[in-house]
Amino acid sequence: MNAPAPVLDIRGLTISLPAGADRDNAVEDIDLQVHPKEIVCVVGESGSGKSVTAHAVMGLLPKGELQPTAGAIHLAGKALLEKTPAELRELRGARMSMIFQEPFTALNPVVRVGQQIEEVLTIHTDMSASARRTRVLAVMDDVRLPEPEQMIDAFPHQLSGGQRQRIMIAAALALEPALLIADEPTTALDVTTQAQILALIKDIQASHDTGVLFITHDFGVVAEIADRVIVMQNGRVVEAGAASRVLTTPEHPYTQMLIASVPSLIPKVRDGETHHQMVLATRDLAKTYKSSGLFQKTREVQAASNVNISLQRGETLGIVGESGSGKSTVARCIVRLITPTSGAIMIHDQDIAPLRASKLQDYRQKVQIVFQDPYRSLNPRRTVGLSIVEGPMNFGLDQATAWTRARELMSLVGLDPNALDRLPHQFSGGQRQRICIARALAMQPEILIADEAVSALDVSVQAQVLKLLDQIREQFNLAMLFITHDLRVAAQVCDRIVVMHRGEVVEQGSASTVFSSPAHAYTKALFEAAPGREWSQRLHS
Amino acid sequence: MSTVVDPLSAEAAPARGSGPSIVRKLLVNGGVRFGGVILVLLLLIALAAPGLGTLDPAFLDPTYRNKLPLETHPILNDDGEEVIVTHWMGTDTLGRDLYSRVIYGTRVSLIVGFSVALLAVGIGLTIGLVSGYIRWLDAVVMRVMDGLMAIPGILLALGLVALWGAGLLTVILAIAVPEIPRVVRLVRSVVLSVREEPYVEAAISVGTPTPLILYRHILPNTIAPLIVQATYTCASAILVEAILSFLGVGIPTDIPTWGNIMAEGRLLFRVYPHAILFPGIFLALAVLAVNTLGDGLRDTLDPRFAKRGEG
Repeated sequence: MNAPAPVLDIRGLTISLPAGADRDNAVEDIDLQVHPKEIVCVVGESGSGKSVTAHAVMGLLPKGELQPTAGAIHLAGKALLEKTPAELRELRGARMSMIFQEPFTALNPVVRVGQQIEEVLTIHTDMSASARRTRVLAVMDDVRLPEPEQMIDAFPHQLSGGQRQRIMIAAALALEPALLIADEPTTALDVTTQAQILALIKDIQASHDTGVLFITHDFGVVAEIADRVIVMQNGRVVEAGAASRVLTTPEHPYTQMLIASVPSLIPKVRDGETHHQMVLATRDLAKTYKSSGLFQKTREVQAASNVNISLQRGETLGIVGESGSGKSTVARCIVRLITPTSGAIMIHDQDIAPLRASKLQDYRQKVQIVFQDPYRSLNPRRTVGLSIVEGPMNFGLDQATAWTRARELMSLVGLDPNALDRLPHQFSGGQRQRICIARALAMQPEILIADEAVSALDVSVQAQVLKLLDQIREQFNLAMLFITHDLRVAAQVCDRIVVMHRGEVVEQGSASTVFSSPAHAYTKALFEAAPGREWSQRLHS
Repeated sequence: MSTVVDPLSAEAAPARGSGPSIVRKLLVNGGVRFGGVILVLLLLIALAAPGLGTLDPAFLDPTYRNKLPLETHPILNDDGEEVIVTHWMGTDTLGRDLYSRVIYGTRVSLIVGFSVALLAVGIGLTIGLVSGYIRWLDAVVMRVMDGLMAIPGILLALGLVALWGAGLLTVILAIAVPEIPRVVRLVRSVVLSVREEPYVEAAISVGTPTPLILYRHILPNTIAPLIVQATYTCASAILVEAILSFLGVGIPTDIPTWGNIMAEGRLLFRVYPHAILFPGIFLALAVLAVNTLGDGLRDTLDPRFAKRGEG
């Protein structure tokens, strides 16, 4: 077989970490090739060294902290590690370019998007101004931005997240680089937007002969676009091969574990024993945000309206939707972190929507919430024990009993009870999320709200935390409100599903019904967009 | 029932390089060292003023007026014996020993600096916490603060002294009041960002009363920026006290302060510059020390200036 020369050829790359880190090398002995017209996905959990590898190729490693100590990187035959900074600058943008995770911060907010694309041309070519403009319009058209003639003069804040990511891609492709590095380019985007961007990257690399190095943590995305897959763990490549092979018959135990941890899109068959004891019901719940000032016009944003949901003991209700759908607003209204504009929230037989803060105290005990970000939901200055006993002691529990309960809860969530006097930074993200669950359980609530509680976690840790949540729901007969944007997660833990779109409930029903025969057009679109659908169905059928 | 496998040892986060302790970090900072040493020296001088070979700062000897530095002359001490004293910094227009006056003046300057800093930070912290956390109060309080900030600090202090009459306490109050809005704004901005943190919302949802939330979860975040702000307030207070005294509306003239000494030396400043030079040097040194200390503290304590350590 006569394979074309690879555009990117990494051999034996080792990058050392500064002294005092948890391991010696960020990446160790990496071999990786990307050929023209090929999409290579690097998959791994946080800390696996996948981003460090990408940054090493671009020559963007922080000076003095991360240092390549062995191996070589060749871009179309040129040894990158031996290049001077000036020579690397020549190559960046022209021969290789990169798109980043956050389309919101990767663009300069005070420069027009057209100029940001044009910058590459100004630096690397001697095209005339009018030729540059023509070229910018052409690449904007290439990435399928609507009406490039008008959008070229827009500022980044006037565009949506997906459009901004398209601008990034346009800038990256303006000079037809041989290699495109995409570092989690769709992680910050909604599923439907993600599907469009993935399709775009796939199309473009095919028509431009570009080699793509795609970094992701999401196996669904891998299944969607990868030709070849490289699995990394703790800085080493543990498995590499064709996507069709790795995704269906993984060889390395770590890959097997990762793939097994990916929740299936087919709802789990759950024992339908509900206790028919209604604990929570909302009636026409609505929240409107008003911003008004002395010198401004009053602006109204309807975050949620006409929300009618109900929750019974022992069941998990999932609220699914994209960003801005109002799902978190509903959760925050129910916990009464915010006051709903209108409507009722019935807990048993009491409407708590109109209650004032001072009257809410009794009810606080009944409803608890676990937040998304495990790094910000614990006070960094207080030991985790203090965080757990805070609630019960607010309700008059004496210190000794509260601490005994905290120790029991630590064991319950799978942590060492002796770790209660540690500070949050001594725990990993998954462990912190367990502590947050323990803090919620310390109140002995009837309703537990999980607001994207597993979204920030790696897939293997996510599986463990989901299992824990399900286990405590059963053990304490909790009513659980599970808010997520991730359909896979929803399919695995929810008995019933509520789909929200632009502040309104568009569909609700049992998980199996909603997943097998979605009725509303938006729900259908949402399910269509879920990355790796076909792969997932084949894998689990 | 399946047990959850996640022992602390398996997934334990490595003790993240928490680095040297905060005290150690402060001690290696040049600004903190320089400012700290000078400030401690000034503090010792103020405390030990009577033991540093000083005379009574109010003792005047009309026969030895306007003497140059290092001149000596015999005086009678309490026991009626004649002793030779050296006027290290000369004497002023009334024949008082300048060295003694400048040394005693250190006391007033430091008292004013520290009390104003404490007072402004104390009051500002309380107002800032409450105003940042309780929304309906915020609009009212901040408009009052805006109003205060619109008046130049010295002018406001002048007005307040005129209103309350001159004296150490009134001068301290008059200097502290214009400083309060700055502290309030600082504290409020910290509160506004911290109150949105999920751990504060978690505290609300477990029923922690508002005063406790402010004390436990929000107050600790304001400490570092406040320490820094306090040093700047202190430096500015020392300066403003000197200015007020120089203008003759500050501490009464019978109490020696650097500003008073300079005000009295002003008339003959072309002939006898030493009467202004020495208190001026002390004033400049004190303000410089407090400011460098503040810069050093800011560099080590304020997260916005902290070197990014994550990899």
